[in-house]
Amino acid sequence: MSDNWTVPLLSARGISKSFAGVEVLRDVDLDLTKGEIHALLGENGAGKSTFAKILAGVHRPTRGTLNLNGQPVDISSPIVAQKLGITLIHQEPISFPDLSVAENLVLGRGEGGWFSRVPWPEMTREARRHMDLLDVAIDVTRPMRGLSIADQQMVEIGRALASDSRLIIMDEPTAPLTPKEVETLFGIARRLRDEGRTIIFISHRLEEVRALCDRVTIFRDGNKVSTDAIGKLDDADIIRLMIGRPLKEYMHKQNASIGEVALEVERLTLPGRFRDISFTVRHGEIVGLGGLVGAGRTDVACAIFGVQPAESGSVKVNGKLADIRQPDDAIALGLAFVPEDRATAGIFRSLPVEQNITAAVPGKIAPSGIIRRATERVLAAESVKKLRIRLASINQPIGELSGGNQQKAILARWLLSDPSILILDEPTRGVDIGVKAEFYDIIGELAAQGRAILLISSELPELLALCDRVLVMAEGRLTAEIPRTEATQEKVMQAAVPRAQRVEAAA
Amino acid sequence: MNMLRGTLLRREAGIAAMILLFCLTVGLYKPQFLTVNQLRVILLLVPLIMIAAMGQMLVIVARHVDLSIGSMLGLSAMLTGMMFRDLPEIPWGVGFIVAIGTGALLGLVNGALVTAFRLPAIIVTLGTLNLYRGLTFIVSNARQVDRQFVPSALKAMSQTSPIFGIPWIILMALGIAALAYWFTMHTRVGRQIFALGSNPAAAALRGVKVNRVTLLVFTISGALSGLAGIMYASRWGFVNPSNTGFGFEFQVIAAVVIGGVSINGGVGTVLGVMLGVLLLGCVAAALPLLGIPGIAQGAIYGAVILVALVIDRSVRLQGIVSLKRMRA
Repeated sequence: MSDNWTVPLLSARGISKSFAGVEVLRDVDLDLTKGEIHALLGENGAGKSTFAKILAGVHRPTRGTLNLNGQPVDISSPIVAQKLGITLIHQEPISFPDLSVAENLVLGRGEGGWFSRVPWPEMTREARRHMDLLDVAIDVTRPMRGLSIADQQMVEIGRALASDSRLIIMDEPTAPLTPKEVETLFGIARRLRDEGRTIIFISHRLEEVRALCDRVTIFRDGNKVSTDAIGKLDDADIIRLMIGRPLKEYMHKQNASIGEVALEVERLTLPGRFRDISFTVRHGEIVGLGGLVGAGRTDVACAIFGVQPAESGSVKVNGKLADIRQPDDAIALGLAFVPEDRATAGIFRSLPVEQNITAAVPGKIAPSGIIRRATERVLAAESVKKLRIRLASINQPIGELSGGNQQKAILARWLLSDPSILILDEPTRGVDIGVKAEFYDIIGELAAQGRAILLISSELPELLALCDRVLVMAEGRLTAEIPRTEATQEKVMQAAVPRAQRVEAAA
Repeated sequence: MNMLRGTLLRREAGIAAMILLFCLTVGLYKPQFLTVNQLRVILLLVPLIMIAAMGQMLVIVARHVDLSIGSMLGLSAMLTGMMFRDLPEIPWGVGFIVAIGTGALLGLVNGALVTAFRLPAIIVTLGTLNLYRGLTFIVSNARQVDRQFVPSALKAMSQTSPIFGIPWIILMALGIAALAYWFTMHTRVGRQIFALGSNPAAAALRGVKVNRVTLLVFTISGALSGLAGIMYASRWGFVNPSNTGFGFEFQVIAAVVIGGVSINGGVGTVLGVMLGVLLLGCVAAALPLLGIPGIAQGAIYGAVILVALVIDRSVRLQGIVSLKRMRA
């Protein structure tokens, strides 16, 4: 591949992207050579997926230029990308479940008018040929519905071949696959590379990157920090490059007196999600739960709260065995859970802030089943003041507030129920920096009041600044428990990056 | 094609079996149900439903629904009937152009409202169901177009036969079904309708012109309702502002849903819809024989729709459960 250095397949210059005024990608320069497998690495939100989506026409860059084979191109839509020979393969492929595999392969090529004939026999033959080329046994006449994720990915790769793509982008393709499927995928990726195609491989698994890729580009906070041959970097280098930002002093944690064990989780297991999770959280303590997205942290929280209970293992609340089968049980025991995805799991978008805040305490606002408006108003107003929620009116639909203030309202809702154990899942995601600091103050205060707090966060500085202890999960297992005094970004990241055995088999 | 066809055909075989079972059961109590004469009664009940059902099928496959077809039928039939009455010198064949054109225009309005304002089709067409019915009363001054004004050549289409004693109207319905089959299975836009219903977001990403396809399915639904409108005049010989096409949407949607077209979009076959129409025709023909009064028909259709929906949903859920088992 090194003789091809001089003719990049694609070169990006000064690519920047902002969403709603927030810059998520800054001045990225990158050359992709013909016939290489190029890894994009970075923490969650570092910008690697955004960059990949720009190449695939899903997003358009705010600034910057792209050259394909030396020609400037404007990749304005996924269809244009497809025509230019760029295919993005999503982790969970986007397909048409009711159409046949063959139709899924060819749909979207945009050839022929509305009433031109659908060439079934040719289509089926062509689809078979591509499946044969990939050496996978998928009946192309069956509907897409019911295919395994791995087979769906194969169909997507087949689609890339059918449109003769020169650049194939795989966004975390291995996460849902079994080791054997990963092996098959890697074999195919190498063959495609040897045919002179270029593959972008996005993954969190260093071993996989090492086994498969020729070069690696590392993103951090929306910047590209380096591009190197994979052999030049060892794991420690890569991790350092991924996290090497200065640790900001967000706050000084208030000194809470740490008391009795409030929440004790023992050998909690839900097959396919997490296994053998044991830990404790004491009153007045903030315990962080770190790890990469998809490590199973939210699943553990959902299991504790009874959203999707674990299959085995036990949960003790204040020393007593708790049988939590649904969120109601958890709420009755004094637990509260502020979910990550407030849009789907948290807010009632069109209802006023007031009702959003009081939604979890029907007993307080309507002791006899009829809502007492005055009580509701007072409770909500107090919360708004206490949490410094910025709004025009308490009767405003919550959807009109900024993300940070919505999040505060959700937190206020759960605080009204006066929980003794609080689980926060990515409480500061999508919240701007000023409000973040306020959140940290609030969380510190809550702990000082003697509440036990389990804080799930993907942001290392947040974990390090706030938590008394940091637990780390990787691929459904607890891989580290680090006390505050010993916690560093490197240690957390080391434990968070999966070190699956499977890759050795694939390599 | 084998497996895709296979899974789909299982559904059709099920409906065919239900038709057989139903007819035999009724025949057990009322032997006269299983006669050629009765078959004729059934076959004359269904052509209008079949014609409109082909359009409705496209709309539902695209994940929408068209509740306004009865009113589009009524308004198209009324305008056509009034033309026959007020301009008797115009050749009766022009009636087809007027009826289909009116229907297509009304359908286009439905589609435009759905696409331009991103409104749910069920609400839009509920609105136009009433709007179009109201317009029918306004243009007609609430007056019926009587038998003597409907051209006898048009009326003859429901009685005379060019071949094997099968009336024109039935041949026309079969022709529309054949056209629908060709359209859904062998044209690109036909497949795009299925892609759109199967996964709207992905369809847009793959270059399907979602708005245009949506406009198309509503326009086709309207045009076929218009055709059903003029055939109503042929079949019954009159056009009445309140009766013509009233409640038609329930029969048609029932037939389409019984025929295995999923209200979740993306799934449906012409053969299935034809069988669904036939089953509905059998039920309709059996009711008077079994002594069930005509006023109970609405309740029966409603029940039939619900049963079909429950079957559809449980078939899907089972599919998903077995899928999960496979992956686990």
